[in-house]
Amino acid sequence: MASLLGRFCRKLVVPGSAHGSRMISTTACDSEAVKSLNLYSAINQALHIALETDPRSYVFGEDVGFGGVFRCTTGLAERFGKNRVFNTPLCEQGIVGFGIGLAAMGNRAVVEIQFADYIYPAFDQIVNEAAKFRYRSGNQFNCGGLTIRAPYGAVGHGGHYHSQSPEAFFCHVPGIKVVIPRSPREAKGLLLSSIRDPNPVVFFEPKWLYRQAVEEVPEHDYMIPLSQAEVIREGNDITLVGWGAQLTVMEQACLDAEKVLDFIFQLKDNWFKVSNMGLELIMQEGISCELIDLKTLLPWDKETVEASVKKTGRLLISHEAPVTGGFGAEISATILERCFLKLEAPVSRVCGLDTPFPLVFEPFYMPTKNKASSSSSLSSPLKKKRHYLIMGLHVWCRYWMQSSPLLITSHSICFFR
Amino acid sequence: MAQHLKSSSKSILLNILRHNIGFSSPSHASRHLRHNLPHGPLSTRLAPNLITRYCNTMVDTLSSIGSHEDTNSQVMDFPGGKVAFTPEIHFISESNEERVPCYRVLDDNGQQLTNSQFVPVSKEIAVKMYSDMVTLQMMDNIFYEAQRQGRLSFYATAFGEEAINIASAAALSPDDVIFPQYREPGVLLWRGFTLQEFANQCFGNKSDYGKGRQMPVHYGSNKLNYFTVSATIATQLPNAVGAAYSLKMDGKDACAVTFFGDGGSSEGDFHAALNFAAVMEAPVLFICRNNGWAISTPTSDQFRSDGVVVKGRAYGIRSIRVDGNDALAMYSAVHEAREMAIRERRPILIEALTYRVGHHSTSDDSTRYRSADEIEWWNKARNPLSRFRTWVESNGWWSDETESDLRSRIKKEMLEAIRVAEKTEKPNLNHMFSDVYDVPPLNLREQELLVRQAIKSHPLDYPSDVPL
Repeated sequence: MASLLGRFCRKLVVPGSAHGSRMISTTACDSEAVKSLNLYSAINQALHIALETDPRSYVFGEDVGFGGVFRCTTGLAERFGKNRVFNTPLCEQGIVGFGIGLAAMGNRAVVEIQFADYIYPAFDQIVNEAAKFRYRSGNQFNCGGLTIRAPYGAVGHGGHYHSQSPEAFFCHVPGIKVVIPRSPREAKGLLLSSIRDPNPVVFFEPKWLYRQAVEEVPEHDYMIPLSQAEVIREGNDITLVGWGAQLTVMEQACLDAEKVLDFIFQLKDNWFKVSNMGLELIMQEGISCELIDLKTLLPWDKETVEASVKKTGRLLISHEAPVTGGFGAEISATILERCFLKLEAPVSRVCGLDTPFPLVFEPFYMPTKNKASSSSSLSSPLKKKRHYLIMGLHVWCRYWMQSSPLLITSHSICFFR
Repeated sequence: MAQHLKSSSKSILLNILRHNIGFSSPSHASRHLRHNLPHGPLSTRLAPNLITRYCNTMVDTLSSIGSHEDTNSQVMDFPGGKVAFTPEIHFISESNEERVPCYRVLDDNGQQLTNSQFVPVSKEIAVKMYSDMVTLQMMDNIFYEAQRQGRLSFYATAFGEEAINIASAAALSPDDVIFPQYREPGVLLWRGFTLQEFANQCFGNKSDYGKGRQMPVHYGSNKLNYFTVSATIATQLPNAVGAAYSLKMDGKDACAVTFFGDGGSSEGDFHAALNFAAVMEAPVLFICRNNGWAISTPTSDQFRSDGVVVKGRAYGIRSIRVDGNDALAMYSAVHEAREMAIRERRPILIEALTYRVGHHSTSDDSTRYRSADEIEWWNKARNPLSRFRTWVESNGWWSDETESDLRSRIKKEMLEAIRVAEKTEKPNLNHMFSDVYDVPPLNLREQELLVRQAIKSHPLDYPSDVPL
């Protein structure tokens, strides 16, 4: 039967945080000290911890010395010195190339690219050097200590060059990992995991959430495992997969979908003697949505998504990046291969459009919650079980209410759309 | 200059050399500029290990300002420092009137020039240098022929550049980390990579340290501090700068050394790396093998500057132009550069002029874009081996007999190495999937299963010499 657990009362801004996300602490703390932090402060805390725990670690990039244009590196240069935290010349290929060299000598190099939109000059270094460093050398060398951080995504007014989501380019490169956190607490744990992971990692931070997202973040040193997706909202009717800032949008879509369908209430008073349980079920049941945060896009956790879709039968993927060739296509194709017979509807992708990221037109470009809600997967989620339930009720009502055929007809129209 | 020197005299000579070799600057006082920083507090903000950063206002201490006697002369104050102004509209010329001269020790015939300065080389080192140059040349010859016979898929020779390869390696310490392009196997050879190890990589067998993943000549050895070759041009340059910075921060008595060609100096990574090296004050040697050709592109189609040496100054990097076919000059230049780089924590640019006698690779026939006469002339008249041999022999350290002994020994070793490498089996199939990450993720484990199933279904589609 359909779940009645699909609704949560959301207290915090951040998706999934009331659910109690799976977290692995490096130190067992019963009463962990937490602090209310926004995203850039959480990132800052992670960087402080990273530099503190490994004396051979470095943080550098453009304008990193004074704290960075998004304040993620505040206080680091003062605390750890200008030899470990420093500004670089304005040259992304140099920044990443230099970072690879540092990492190749066994250091941890946490490199900042000022905006993901500017990462492309470094693409050759990332693809042809970082990603292949271990493999081509037969594991004699590696640059696993390299982590590249970059703010990505829409910010409301960023236009072409301050809003891009380039994750799909990097997901196509064997040898690197791509990680995208959804919230402050996730970001701190995932960033520490990324820095300490023995493989080069590209870490995209949703700049929209730098100030907007506030969450209780534990103050201690903890890591969240990579390549493990998290079900941040359980449901039965449809699986939604996303990452980063888009999860907030998708959660709103989930809430909307779970609302009672208004017109059911209108009919309620006209039904007589329908089984209590059946009526209650129909009245209370909206669409139960299961929301998954992928967190790591490469290598991605297919098993969690697969298990979810096998349960729900429907999949909706949403990302800001343009739909064509976006990472949603990879998820869609994989799930289709693995869950074809369990799918009740085509996989939906609610994504950005195939245009450069526009300024004035941003609200039209973005994959909003209403676009998600009205996508085919979410708008007609009647599962077979519910079909049978309603058919059964229809038959029962018809039998019972032979004197009111008009009522039955209108009832049928409402539910068999 | 006497070649045989006791160690005490040698140190005196080196001191003389250090004073004379020097470097050109507005005044010799500029060598001490770093200590005359107008903004003193910078050093107090740094870690106590005295690693300094150039203050960006150092320009104002250049003597050009102090030398103006005119009491009405004024200076303009901008971020970056004070500059004297001039009422004349004067464009700095695109080039100096004369090309930067090229440092050499031996003349074309291998005779030591009378006034040459150089770092003395012991008999042991000189003999090893010459032997390794011969070995490199023979190794190249035999591998090249093996490719022509279809036994190797590909090869690239270093003909004409043996002196650059061996002499630079000889001047370095084993702790100096090397970031090669792909025409510097001589550095590996000097450090002890065996002919068998070279052959294993070229044949991609299971003894190849690279596990058969790359084309021939893409050598790498962590034991010998030689980072694995990647075919992309100049991408190793910024990596070398990061590695040099690491060596500096760890307080090592070592530097990073990176090689590239005239073509590589056009890549963005060259400019990125030099600029970073200067700003980060990284002990890195940039050794450019300007051999006149980037595949078929002559240097006149590559840049319009006076070669590569002049680009150093643009980034604030001390530079020297050397005769790359003169083993002694290469040795001295690299030796001095290395000391400066480590002691003063600075990058050095060395442009070694040479000629690429061989084709770009076995996929190239260079007679299609240059005359066979030109190639032959450089091969014979300017051969680095014969020049150095003359000098080594003039010291009584070499003879025809030792030459023929060496050559027959190398030939035997090479043929044996190829024979063994050829029949050694290839790496196991699971090495296609290992080392992409530290641990293979699920998608790779699944793909390996799929590939193995495909092999079972259609075994004839796949080479039989790869163990499963």
